[in-house]
Amino acid sequence: MLSQQIITLIDKELKKYPADQRQSAVMAALRFVQDEKGWIAPDDMSDIAEYLGMPQMAVFEVATFYHMYNLKPMGQYTLTVCTNLSCQLCGSGDTLEHLHKRLGIGLGEVTANGKYGIREGECMGACVDAPMFSINNKQLCGRLTNEKIDQILAELDKQ
Amino acid sequence: MSAQIILATAADGLAKLDNYVKAGGYQALRKVLTEKMSADAIIAEVKASGLRGRGGAGFPTGLKWSFMPKNYDGVKYLVCNSDEGEPGTCKDRDILRYNPHVLIEGMAIAAYTMSVKAGYNYIHGEIFEAYEVMEAACEEARKAGYLGKNILGFDFEFDLHNHMGYGAYVCGEETALLESIEGKKGQPRFKPPFPASFGLYGKPTTINNTETFASIPYIICEGGQKFAELGVPNSGGIKLFSISGHVNNPGNFELPMGTPFKKLLELAGGVRNGHKLKAVIPGGSSMPVLPAEIMMDVNLDYDSLQKAGSYLGSGAVIVMDETTCMVKALERLSYFYFEESCGQCTPCREGTGWLYRIIHRIEHGEGKPEDLDLLLSLCDNIAGRTVCALGDAAAWPVQGMLKHFRKEFEYHIEHKRCLV
Ligand SMILES: Cc1cc2nc3c(=O)[nH]c(=O)nc-3n(C[C@H](O)[C@H](O)[C@H](O)COP(=O)(O)O)c2cc1C
Ligand code: SF4
Repeated sequence: MLSQQIITLIDKELKKYPADQRQSAVMAALRFVQDEKGWIAPDDMSDIAEYLGMPQMAVFEVATFYHMYNLKPMGQYTLTVCTNLSCQLCGSGDTLEHLHKRLGIGLGEVTANGKYGIREGECMGACVDAPMFSINNKQLCGRLTNEKIDQILAELDKQ
Repeated sequence: MSAQIILATAADGLAKLDNYVKAGGYQALRKVLTEKMSADAIIAEVKASGLRGRGGAGFPTGLKWSFMPKNYDGVKYLVCNSDEGEPGTCKDRDILRYNPHVLIEGMAIAAYTMSVKAGYNYIHGEIFEAYEVMEAACEEARKAGYLGKNILGFDFEFDLHNHMGYGAYVCGEETALLESIEGKKGQPRFKPPFPASFGLYGKPTTINNTETFASIPYIICEGGQKFAELGVPNSGGIKLFSISGHVNNPGNFELPMGTPFKKLLELAGGVRNGHKLKAVIPGGSSMPVLPAEIMMDVNLDYDSLQKAGSYLGSGAVIVMDETTCMVKALERLSYFYFEESCGQCTPCREGTGWLYRIIHRIEHGEGKPEDLDLLLSLCDNIAGRTVCALGDAAAWPVQGMLKHFRKEFEYHIEHKRCLV
């Protein structure tokens, strides 16, 4: 079942598109589910399909095509680290290493307490702030150093 | 340096409508409406400006606008491509978050010119903060009568909505982007038909890059000629350059077309820690790399870069110093194209995988002497044989690296380690 909050958000999104193009809101709908639950399960996809009046398979195709959807639990805070060229040149390898040291996990893994997950990202379009990661696809943290990473983790630990 | 016409910073506060208007914003839209400028007159002005698409391909904007059907009764769409995901490129993000109204104004003028009532701005999923700024700016513009029905009291209607991507580089390709707005996976369409005849929801559609639209208000206010004269022949105007990688002060700079690369490097504080410059990718990751000797003498405009063996592309400049292993750099880029191929054309789907695996094995000391020729023959079998240009984008970096840094690859294969 989609929560009332998600339905309200989807309805708002639907107003952007012609009335007979409900499918245009599928990307947003998947994003709202992920924002609420942290990841998207097959059942959520069926619910979205039903609400938007589109085939379940078509929702599945979208969810699997776009990289930022979590198709399995990725922790309360998913840190997506860009490793593309500008970030690589500026030390994204060190970022990953430091996160590994601090959290004990590598790419694609989640800490045992379910608090943090790390994903590899592609270019975020913010290359002048390399190296960087995003938190839950919402906040970009750039020009990372080990000290800055420690500060960010300390803040998140408190929450 | 010339006047800044698009680039702003947070301190300028232009994301707030009031401040934008106080700084002279929406004058171009007002001019077009009050003077009842004809579509032909606007297009002539844009043509005179020499403005070429800032998304990477450099197609003349005035010409593109003239392709939209006229005297057409049905629905037409205007789409802005803010899906900036070409590694190295991050200029549109600064327009969206620091100067969103210049984009809205540019799109409104384009919509007026092509008689379009509805537009979408497709924003890269990774920059949520910019999406939020754009959502707020559109809402503010709507409330103040710059978007919606009867804009500024005239018989002109245009509304703009933001659509967020969610991590697919290929959606920057214009037809994949349209598929994505339609709620599908982003697989490029075969062209023709071109979007001007069959675009969003099958309707005539014009797609331009964020910076392209953002250049329009200046052109209307000051005249196409004046914009053209800021640049050099065949590369009109000013342009945003993102400079990243091994520089002391990475950032976005707004510079006249034809500015020497040397000058941009200086503005970016020079190569980090006093190191020596080794190579530069001058126009986003898809463009062929150029060695320092060539770069230090090159000007940043379409013709100069093409003569030097690369392209201006999106204006994203990635700087690599003497400590960079070219094999490792290329390995990462090849992985990117392999990851991002949408998979519908065999040469791209299979070819990008081959390119990556071969470069990966060279980087990991398992390369064979014949691998380099194999890479080049793979490139020949990908470039020009696919539905969209992602295939070419995967081949060009490989060809560029092997043209200028082949020795480094040979060394890697022979000694199973880096030259640097
Ligand atoms: C794989 C691929 C990725 C692209 N990414 C972008 C992009 O992020 N932003 C953009 O404006 N154009 C991008 N383009 C170019 C667009 O297809 C299109 O040419 C452009 O948006 C047209 O606008 P312009 O004429 O104003 O440049 C890409 C093209 C390809 C083939
Ligand atoms: S070239 Fe690659 S990305 Fe483009 S349509 Fe073909 S398979 Fe898809």
